[in-house]
Amino acid sequence: MTPVKLLLLKPGHGDVLLAEGDPEVAEDEERLIEEFRRQLDQGMWAAVPRPGGGGRREATMVRAFSEVPADAERVIFFAPAAGG
Amino acid sequence: MDALVVVSMGLLLAILATVGFGPAIADRIRGRGPRQRRRAVRRLPVYDPGRERRAETRARELMRSIVGPEEHAMYEDLGFVRVLRSGDGERAATYGYLLYPHRPIVAYDPDTGELLSEYCVRFSDRDEPGAGTRLPDADDVLAKWMVLHGDERGLIEEANMHLPGRQHHPDHLRRDLARLAEWEARRPIASGTAAPVSARLYKGGGGRGVSSWAEREHPVT
Repeated sequence: MTPVKLLLLKPGHGDVLLAEGDPEVAEDEERLIEEFRRQLDQGMWAAVPRPGGGGRREATMVRAFSEVPADAERVIFFAPAAGG
Repeated sequence: MDALVVVSMGLLLAILATVGFGPAIADRIRGRGPRQRRRAVRRLPVYDPGRERRAETRARELMRSIVGPEEHAMYEDLGFVRVLRSGDGERAATYGYLLYPHRPIVAYDPDTGELLSEYCVRFSDRDEPGAGTRLPDADDVLAKWMVLHGDERGLIEEANMHLPGRQHHPDHLRRDLARLAEWEARRPIASGTAAPVSARLYKGGGGRGVSSWAEREHPVT
């Protein structure tokens, strides 16, 4: 696994780094999982940007740290969508 | 008799003082007095006119690293991002979406250019008073882009759907589709990702999706 950054899209700030670490290192993994859960408990949504086929880019929504693909470099948290 | 008068006056003054100053004293004890309120106001971040600009710069940088150079350039040049999504299954229709910052997502038919609907969604975070609740523009578009790619159906179900024209003027949308076509026609073709996204998605579809439609309607001179 590559090191993963957990980022939060924050009003008035842009992205904020919440946690960073190598999920293969037990201590890092524990910290990442804890932060991941904390964000989801606050109602945030999590997306993992990934390269798609043919040079295009994709993103996957995840609901648990175990769903984060092994090659993911970033998980982006943001407030949930609501009808405007 | 004098002592009785003095005691009565004392009691009267005590009652008046309780009525007059009691609520203020109680507020101060509870931490809601004017001094505490002034202190709370002071804790709010000082207004920084450059903060939003820096946040937007940061957000654009993040967007560039996630959506790729094509769509990032689209946002920089046109102020919106176009996303084409193919539904599930062989016969599923393909939809085009125009993502504007802090405005409804617009769905259209890339083959005909017909405007289909507006989807109103917002990503509000009330975590930090003083920072506002709006994401920087590029972050708002990025959030829409990620959810559209990751959970298109979920986003559409969450949004309030309206007919085109509710918040976007249809003429402006048609103009933006024409600008997009012109932009794609002028854009240098990079190796590896040579064809515009519309062309890649519409193999055998009789042209370049929105570009072919928009070029017919608004030929580039």
